[in-house]
Amino acid sequence: MKQEKLIEFLLKVSGWLSLGITLSVLGVLVYNALPFFTAIPLVEFLTGTSWIPFAERQAFGMWPLLSGTLLTAGIALTLALPLGILIAIYLSEYANEGWRRVARPALDLLAAIPTVVYGFLALVFVTPVLQWFFPAIEPYNALSPGLVMAFMILPIITSISEDAMRAVPTMHKDAALALGATRWQVVRKVVVPAAFNGITAAVILAFSRALGETMIVSIAAGQQAHFTFNPAVAIQTASSYIIQMSLGDVAQSSVEYSTIFAIGLSLFTLTYLLNNLSFWFRNRFRDRKMMPTA
Amino acid sequence: MTPFTNIFTLIEQLESWIEKQRKGSFAVYGLIFTLLVVGIVLSLFLYVSFAGYPRLDRDFFTGYASRVPEQAGILPAFLGTLWVLVLVGLISFPLGVAAGIHLEKYVQHDRISRFLEINIMNLAGIPSVVYGLLGLQFFVRSMGLGESIIAASLTLSLMVLPLVIISTREALRMVPQMHIDAAYALGASKWQTIWLQALPQAMPGIVSGTLLAVSRAIGEAAPLLVIGALAFVPFAPASIFDYFTVLPVQVFFWLSKPQNSFLVNASAAILVLLSITLFLNLLAVGIRERWHKRIKS
Repeated sequence: MKQEKLIEFLLKVSGWLSLGITLSVLGVLVYNALPFFTAIPLVEFLTGTSWIPFAERQAFGMWPLLSGTLLTAGIALTLALPLGILIAIYLSEYANEGWRRVARPALDLLAAIPTVVYGFLALVFVTPVLQWFFPAIEPYNALSPGLVMAFMILPIITSISEDAMRAVPTMHKDAALALGATRWQVVRKVVVPAAFNGITAAVILAFSRALGETMIVSIAAGQQAHFTFNPAVAIQTASSYIIQMSLGDVAQSSVEYSTIFAIGLSLFTLTYLLNNLSFWFRNRFRDRKMMPTA
Repeated sequence: MTPFTNIFTLIEQLESWIEKQRKGSFAVYGLIFTLLVVGIVLSLFLYVSFAGYPRLDRDFFTGYASRVPEQAGILPAFLGTLWVLVLVGLISFPLGVAAGIHLEKYVQHDRISRFLEINIMNLAGIPSVVYGLLGLQFFVRSMGLGESIIAASLTLSLMVLPLVIISTREALRMVPQMHIDAAYALGASKWQTIWLQALPQAMPGIVSGTLLAVSRAIGEAAPLLVIGALAFVPFAPASIFDYFTVLPVQVFFWLSKPQNSFLVNASAAILVLLSITLFLNLLAVGIRERWHKRIKS
């Protein structure tokens, strides 16, 4: 009995460890970012439009990094959103079961590919192709990693939206079909509206994943913190800034060094808020009483 | 007309056009879209294979990093990846399974259970580079492990822990309630029921989830660059406290070199990395499919 109590205690410790990790992440980020936020006024950080960590005249405005992050993630979402939802509609409403059982794991495999591989493809394959069409595009740019990132986040959109669409009761679809609706009308007027919360959750989660993605942009987007939304020029994202600084030799006690934790904290906060917004939408889709009561 | 009304009319037109087609014709377009994605991905893999395959000889596997692209090899990176693969498995599996059991079987209170569940989903959503910052402060500095294999493995284990916990809970939920009740009816205690009845039946599902988690871990470069993976490791790592590099990190450093011949090396290293990732994923899917068939019969 005593042994069993000990085991249960160890299980409990492991169970609460997850909360410990969250608190440690927050603690580490806040603690190490403090020197930055005491040295730089918050207003400058939140509103400044130039980010120059190494120079005579330093500037620590977050907008260049934020614009770079939003730009690449936005490009990824612009491609992945229509593609992902169309594939989800196809898999849940049109594809036969056998093909679906092959296609879905194949799509999920896209999320399992190491992101350096995507980065490689963006740099070596997609950018030269884009340059062939538009010679003005720089060797490092936001467009190519953004497009490649779309494939990385595609499985998030397809799998969660498809689950939401399949959760729509067959009875509702049959009712619409019985009223003379075409298959596409059923999709458009019954399935998509009913699955809207699930689809929204999927899209937000995918966007959040794209914001935090690091290696694709570190490899193919360049390392220049411009405040721009031009997809053809080199930019820098919050995540790739952290990588760039980690590779350099910066004194551990300097303000420059604490910038990576300040940027990390900002990235953490942004993705944390988006993830929870996504969970909220997903719960709404779960809780909604779609099944008619008998 | 604002640009938005333009988009809406475009969608309306597209919709009516699709509706005019024969019933069910979207099936064709959906198939084309899906095949398009699969086709793009396959052709990219063929591209990597053609670029990297010629470089995959014995010297490439036994060589060390070098300034001369043709002499550079992946031995330290390959061994580093194997170390990380084994260590992340050994660390995240017991921790994740224990946490999963506790959350699934012991937490009675609904609100606590819900709170911890949301917390785990949040952990799974933290960008990997942020885990690097955690590892840097926690393992590399506070615990004094330095830029070592063990610091890297601990960091990656924390990163994939939510995946192991979630798959453990899902696997435990798949065990038929009948078998649990039978164990209780025979007088087994709670822990005996879990250890002797639920866990063995759920094990293939848990192993499958852990393999996926490990495959995610060995593909990561960002957190390892943050905690200080080296570009140039001139020796084969022999202990968990050695300096390290891994395949994704090696690929990244080769890609940041200007010479084109390093690109060939990067392609070859990617081929090796993808083979390991694909193997782990297929193994995981295979185990899960067999288990699903068994547990449902």
